[in-house]
Amino acid sequence: MQRIGVFVCWCGSNIAATVDVERVAQVMKNEPGVVFSTDYQYMCSEAGQAIIRNAIAEHKLTGIVVCSCSPRMHEATFRKTAQRAGLNPYMVEIANIREQCSWIHKDKEEGTEKAIVLARAALAKVMLNAPLIAGQSSVTKRALVIGGGIAGIQSALDIADAGYEVDIVEKEPTIGGKMSKLDKTFPTLDCSACILTPKMVDAAQNEKITLYTYSEVEEVKGFVGNFNVKIRRKARYVKEDVCTGCGACMQKCPSKKGLNEFNLGLNKRTAIYIPFAQAIPNVAVIDATQCIKIKNNKCGLCDTVCAAKAIDYNQQDEFIEREYGAIVMATGFNPIKLDKFNEYSYAECPDVITSLELERIMNAAGPTGGKLVKMSNGEHPHDITFIQCVGSRDISGRGKCYCSKICCMYTAKHAMLIRDKYPDVNVHVFYIDVRTPGKNFDEFYRRAVEEYSVDYIKGQVGKVYPEGDHLVVQGVDMLANEQIIHKTDMVVLATAIEPDPTARKIASMLTASIDTNDFITEAHPKLRPVESPTAGIFLSGVCQGPKDIPETVAQAGAAAVKVLGLLSKDKLVTNPCVSQSNELLCNGCSMCQNVCPYGAIGYEDKLINDHGIRETRRVAVVNEALCQGCGACTVTCPSGAMDLKGFTNKQIMAEVDAICK
Amino acid sequence: MHNNSDKQKDQVFRMTGVDTRKCMKCGKCSASCPSFNEMQYRPHQFVDMVTKGRIEELMASPSIYHCLSCFACVERCPRGVEPAVVVEAIRNLAERKQGGTYFSPDEVPELIDGTVPQQALVSAFRKYRK
Repeated sequence: MQRIGVFVCWCGSNIAATVDVERVAQVMKNEPGVVFSTDYQYMCSEAGQAIIRNAIAEHKLTGIVVCSCSPRMHEATFRKTAQRAGLNPYMVEIANIREQCSWIHKDKEEGTEKAIVLARAALAKVMLNAPLIAGQSSVTKRALVIGGGIAGIQSALDIADAGYEVDIVEKEPTIGGKMSKLDKTFPTLDCSACILTPKMVDAAQNEKITLYTYSEVEEVKGFVGNFNVKIRRKARYVKEDVCTGCGACMQKCPSKKGLNEFNLGLNKRTAIYIPFAQAIPNVAVIDATQCIKIKNNKCGLCDTVCAAKAIDYNQQDEFIEREYGAIVMATGFNPIKLDKFNEYSYAECPDVITSLELERIMNAAGPTGGKLVKMSNGEHPHDITFIQCVGSRDISGRGKCYCSKICCMYTAKHAMLIRDKYPDVNVHVFYIDVRTPGKNFDEFYRRAVEEYSVDYIKGQVGKVYPEGDHLVVQGVDMLANEQIIHKTDMVVLATAIEPDPTARKIASMLTASIDTNDFITEAHPKLRPVESPTAGIFLSGVCQGPKDIPETVAQAGAAAVKVLGLLSKDKLVTNPCVSQSNELLCNGCSMCQNVCPYGAIGYEDKLINDHGIRETRRVAVVNEALCQGCGACTVTCPSGAMDLKGFTNKQIMAEVDAICK
Repeated sequence: MHNNSDKQKDQVFRMTGVDTRKCMKCGKCSASCPSFNEMQYRPHQFVDMVTKGRIEELMASPSIYHCLSCFACVERCPRGVEPAVVVEAIRNLAERKQGGTYFSPDEVPELIDGTVPQQALVSAFRKYRK
């Protein structure tokens, strides 16, 4: 016979203001099986835990029900409390009377009644609990970082620095990501490449780091500590370990029509190319859609000129499989497509550009050699108009509902850099709000206004259209309550950013949750900001939400620390709440095997003694080291043979019955 | 607090389904408006004044007839506030009020002379109810 103790927490006034905690404790005292019941102001405090420990010893409790906050908050706390008092930690049940009761009710009578019902449900379950013993699983001492931008590079460097092996998978032919495309960085205006490329070199030279560029994650199996990842190494048509990066092939290649990805398509590149001068690895890649040899079996010039004999037109995609203990998501972002924003004439007018395109135009390695010119005719512009919040804070369905966070600052940066280098150019900025929370950020923006006389106009732009050699911007100055028809030479759109499309794909492989905007969800928005709710998956950079470089680097370091915490363990305690199959009931249908996302179920031919009938049957066997206790098999099993320890069908039904009583 | 302006605000909301509090005061409506210079109250002011319950002032303003219903503001508003729909609602409010009681269903048979389109009569009810 079970001897259950019930402990009702006030959570200060969080619960006690809406739930008559004393009455809950009183009512529970009279429930069958309950031998002790009390309430206390803060059950999670040391004093509160002492009450639980003493009661377990004094009343010889076999199980406890704690009526408190969500089990996500304090289940672990109370399990440890029980364990310290000699009780099996899985003999603890939490009735969530805060998130699921006091916080969502206003009426105390109603709240109290519901709290009692929830307590009774937890009691019904704990009566059927059995002590469980947690197992152990091993940890592969190697981390995978998906994405080789500044976020991924920083995470990898920090993990490698602590002595662990780490691999970076980057889908582009070079690491560096978006930061490598930037000209200068706010608020210090230091050159982006100057601070990034040394890190890229560090990553390449670090013997603990392996770079898989031009590669993609194809498949992920396993679980925390033991991920099995299949990586596709896309055919470069150039032997990576042989190419010296001399660039002779690029000079000879006759196919020059490919759009230069690194310069966002603002100029052309050859079919065989090295993305940019400081690319890591400094190895050429052939664009198969442009290569004359691969398309028509003619040409072959690059092979002729390559002294190192690195060209291989017959190269195929390769697959490698590796084990990892932890995975860092650093998949980054892209500016949104502007095809729903016809009013800005972006598609029609070459002088209407995005901010990222302006970065390339301003950059010495860019399509214009760093000279600020109109892309339409190469002339020097005399007037530039910036438009902020293009597609950000937009709930009409055309853009993104969130603030992209970085645009206010980079627009101020662009405005200032242009005014500094070309004082004859007038710069106007249409803004809705200027948001500059960050160290030295507002001071930076004010410099643009006060020192560089950038004309900030509070209002939005209705449309942009070409007129002769110029552009006309029709906007509003809301402070003056005037409509502005402004002739300008260039329009720069501060385009909203969105997570890279690979984020969604990889998140579903990793069973990591994502929000409605495809940003990866953190385990807790405040207290676990760099972890996914899925164990062993960590978040770095913009894949988790819009952020600038300093924030990205900080988060990348934080994610690395979490990875190190995991990799430094020799064994992980596994969750004992795993599936088990009753071989007498199993009919061998394989449905559980098909739904299991972890590959934890296998089938064996076993000699079964079914009430005296001895026969060999094909039955399901659960690998407890692989099972994550998701419960998919238990609801799929047509014969009721599968059950989840700690959440048996019987226990769940008992809970439901208790609620419906 | 439930005064007349709250009632009118509520009525505009029921007519349009537009929650003007969604407006983030970006001014895109006024930036897009071809009638901007004709209007005493500009599209963004319409939205703001509805939020503040200043609907009588809008009803009395000739601005309600300056909106061309081109719907550029509705197309481009990033917040789905639909300023032209709000303007139309206030125009309707003003017109319905002006009507008083001078159009009654009893008069309809007299007006049917074979030349008046039925649609016009139905519309008249909408504009001059009671």
